[in-house]
Amino acid sequence: MIVEIGHFALVLALATAIIVSVLPLIGVHRRDASMMAVATTGSLVMFGLVALSFAALTWAYVVSDFSVKNVWENSHSLMPLIYKYSGVWGNHEGSMMLWLLILVFFSMLVAVFGRNIPETLKANVLAVQAWISLAFLLFILLTSNPFLRLDPAPAEGQDLNPILQDFGLAIHPPLLYLGYVGFSVCFSFAVAALMEGRIDAAWARWVRPWTLAAWTFLTAGIAMGSYWAYYELGWGGWWFWDPVENASFMPWLAGTALLHSALVMEKREALKIWTVLLAIMTFSLSLLGTFLVRSGVLTSVHAFATDPSRGIFILCILAIFIGGAFMLFAWRAPTLKAGGLFAPISREGSLVLNNLILTVSTATVLTGTLYPLVLETLTGEKISVGAPFFNMTFGLLMLPLLIAVPLGPMLAWKRADLYGALQRLWVFAGLALLLGLLLWYMQNGGPVLAIFGLAIGCWGMLGAIADLWYRGNFGKLPVMTSLRRLKGLPRSAWGTAFAHFGLGVTVVGIVAASAFSTEHVVEMKQGQTADAGGYSLTFDGFREAVGPNYTEERGHFTVRSGGAVVSDVWSSKRLYTARRMPTTEAGILTFGLSQLYVSLGDPMDGGGIVVRIWWKPMILCIWGGCLIMMVGGFVSLSDRRLRVGAPSRKAKPVKTVMEPAE
Amino acid sequence: MTRKQKRLAVIAGGMSFIIIAVFLVMFAFSQSVAYFFMPGDLATANLQPGTRIRLGGLVEDGSVKRGQGSTVSFTVTDGKATVPVSYTGILPDLFREGQGVVTEGSFDAATHAFVADSVLAKHDENYMPKEVADRLKKDGVWEDGTGKGMAPAKDGEGDKAGAKSGQVVGSTTP
Repeated sequence: MIVEIGHFALVLALATAIIVSVLPLIGVHRRDASMMAVATTGSLVMFGLVALSFAALTWAYVVSDFSVKNVWENSHSLMPLIYKYSGVWGNHEGSMMLWLLILVFFSMLVAVFGRNIPETLKANVLAVQAWISLAFLLFILLTSNPFLRLDPAPAEGQDLNPILQDFGLAIHPPLLYLGYVGFSVCFSFAVAALMEGRIDAAWARWVRPWTLAAWTFLTAGIAMGSYWAYYELGWGGWWFWDPVENASFMPWLAGTALLHSALVMEKREALKIWTVLLAIMTFSLSLLGTFLVRSGVLTSVHAFATDPSRGIFILCILAIFIGGAFMLFAWRAPTLKAGGLFAPISREGSLVLNNLILTVSTATVLTGTLYPLVLETLTGEKISVGAPFFNMTFGLLMLPLLIAVPLGPMLAWKRADLYGALQRLWVFAGLALLLGLLLWYMQNGGPVLAIFGLAIGCWGMLGAIADLWYRGNFGKLPVMTSLRRLKGLPRSAWGTAFAHFGLGVTVVGIVAASAFSTEHVVEMKQGQTADAGGYSLTFDGFREAVGPNYTEERGHFTVRSGGAVVSDVWSSKRLYTARRMPTTEAGILTFGLSQLYVSLGDPMDGGGIVVRIWWKPMILCIWGGCLIMMVGGFVSLSDRRLRVGAPSRKAKPVKTVMEPAE
Repeated sequence: MTRKQKRLAVIAGGMSFIIIAVFLVMFAFSQSVAYFFMPGDLATANLQPGTRIRLGGLVEDGSVKRGQGSTVSFTVTDGKATVPVSYTGILPDLFREGQGVVTEGSFDAATHAFVADSVLAKHDENYMPKEVADRLKKDGVWEDGTGKGMAPAKDGEGDKAGAKSGQVVGSTTP
C-alpha cells in the first residue's frame, strides 16, 4: 500500500511539473502575478510529492519488502540497517530518484529563499527547473520505475553489490548529486536570463551563491568518492581517470570557472555572455555525466543498468536541454551587451586566464573521455584512453594555472601592476621553493620534477597566506591592528584564501603520493616480515570471521619501527554469501599525513599469501586539501554580501526587454 | 599599445594556449592510446613488440599457473587463437578461469610473450568486461543471459561461460 502511495505521489509530481512548466511562463507573458506565483507553490508541492515518494521507497527497503522488484534486486534481509537506507540509491532506479529529489529540493530552495529576485525572473527560473524535473520524472516513470511489484514475492533479496556495502555509499552519492544537480539552478538562471533578454551584475549576485553551494558539495562529493575508491577497491590508487570519474570532474572544472567568471560579472559587469555560456555548459556537463554513468555505455561500478532504452531516453533529454539552451543562447546572446573594460594585467585579466585554462582543460578531459566512445560508434574500433593521456595533457595544461593562482588575488581590478604583485610575492616564492626542497629531502629521493611540483603546491599554500598577510597589512601596522583588519575582511576573501590554500595542499599531496609512494608485492608466510616506508610488517596469520552477510579471512600484521611495536593492522578477504562475490578489504594505518596500505592477494600453495604493501607518503593531503577547499566554499557562502544589499533591479522599468548598449 | 593591439595580444595569447592544448592532445593520443585486440585478431594485426595494447578474451580453463612470488601466467583465448600472458601482481578479486578478462601490456621483444601490467575486473559478479562481451556475442561464443534482474538464476544461462561458472572458480575463493 505504502509503495503504491509512493508511486502515485510520483505521478502527481509529474502532473504538478507540467503545470509549473507552463503556467508561470504564461503569467510572465501576461504580467499576471497570480499565475507567476504558481511557480513558487508548485515547486513546494513538487518537492513534497517527490519526498513522499522517496520516503515510500526507503520504507520498502527498511522493512525489506521483497515484493518490490527493486528492493529484491538490491537488498537482503540480513544487511545492516544503514546499508538498507543507503541501498535505496545503490542502484539505477533509486539513484535516479535521489537525482530527482535533489533537483526538486533545489527548486524548493529557490522558491523559498529567492524572495529578493524579481517576480518574472523567479517564475522563469522555476519554470525551467520544472522542465528538467518533468524530463526526469518521465524518465523514471517510463523506463526506470522503482515501484514495480513482483508476484509472488521472493522470500529473500539478492543483496546489494558488496562493493557498495560501505559507509561511503551513504555520503558519496548525496554529496555528489547536491553538486551535480545544484548546477541546474545556474542553468535555469542562465536560460531564464536569455528568455528575458537582459542580464546584469544583480543576476551574477543571485547566481553566485548557488554556484558556490553546488561547487562546494561537488568538491566534497568527488573527494569522498576518491577516498572511498582508494580504501575499498584495494588497488591503492585514488584517481584512475576512469570515464565515470571524469564525468564528475568535468562539471567541477567548468563550475570552478563559472565561480570565477561570475565574480568578474558581479563586480565589473564584464564577461556577461561568457558567464551565461559557462552556466549552460556546466550543467550540460552534469547531464552528460548522468548520461555516461546511467546509460550503460561504460563499464564501471556506477553503471548499474544496461537497458538500451534508458540510454536513448537520457540521450534525448541531453539533446533537448543542451541543444535547446545553446540555440536560445545563439539567438539571444547578441542582444546582451558586454560592459566593463579592463587591461590584460588586472584582476579581471587573471580571472580570464583562469577561465581559459579551466575550460581548455575541461575540453581535454572531455576529448579523452568521449573519443573512445565516438571512435567505437563510427569505426567499431575499440581503444582505451588511460591515465598517461590525462596526466600528460591535463597535468601540463594546469601547470600555468597553479603558478598563477597566488598572483590573481593580488592584482587590482581594472588595471594592475604585475611587477608590484611579483615584488610582494618573491619572498613567498623563495619560501615555497625552500619548503619544496625540504619536503623532498624529508622523503629522500624521488624524481627532480617532484621538487618543482612540491614547490608549486607550497606556492599555492603560501600565496593564500600572502594574500591575507597583505590584506591585513602585517609588518607595516602593529600586529593587533593587522589582526583586527583580518577579522574585518569580507568572508569571501577568507573563502578565496581557504580554497586556494586547499588547492596547494592537494597539489602537495598528489605530487608526494605519486612521486614517493613505494609498493612491495611479496609472498608472506606466517611469521615472515616485510619492510615498507621505514616500518616492518610481520604477518601473524589468519583468523576466520563471520559478518552479517559475509564470511571473511582476516590477516593480522604487527607493525614495528626500529624493533619496537608501533601498531597492528588487519587486512581481509571477504566472500559475500548471497552473490558469492569476493572482495578485498585493505588494511590502512595512518601515520600523520602518510598511510601504510596493506592488501591481500591470492593464497599460495605452501600456506603463504601474496601481500601488497604500499607506503603512501602525505597522501591524506589530497583529501585534506579538498576539505579545506570545501571549508573555503562554505565560508564564502556565509558572506552577507551574497544575501543582502543586492542592487535592486525592480526600480528599473520592467518592460525594457533589452538593456541599453553600454 | 592601443586598445586594439592589446585586445589582439590577448586573443593571440588565448589562441596559442588552445593550439598548444590541441597539439598536446594529439601527441598524447599518439603516445598513450591502447587498442583492443582479441587473440584471433593478432595474426593480422602486425604489431611491433613493445606497443601497448589491451588484450581481451576468456581465461582458458586450467591455464592459470603461479610462478615465483607473485608472478602468474595464464592463457587468454577467444575460441580461434590463444595467447599466453604473464602478470606480476595481485589479480582482481573477480578473476576466474572460464570468465572474461581484459589485460593491458605489450609483447616482449625477446620472448614474444605477452607481459601484462594490469588485469582489469568489472566490479560485479556478472563478470564479463564490456569489450569482451560485445565481441564474444558477435562471434557467437558467449551469450549474455545474466543481465541483472532478469531472473533469480544469476549465472548459468550463457552457453559457454555459463556452463562453466560455479564449477571452476580460480584461486580467489577462500
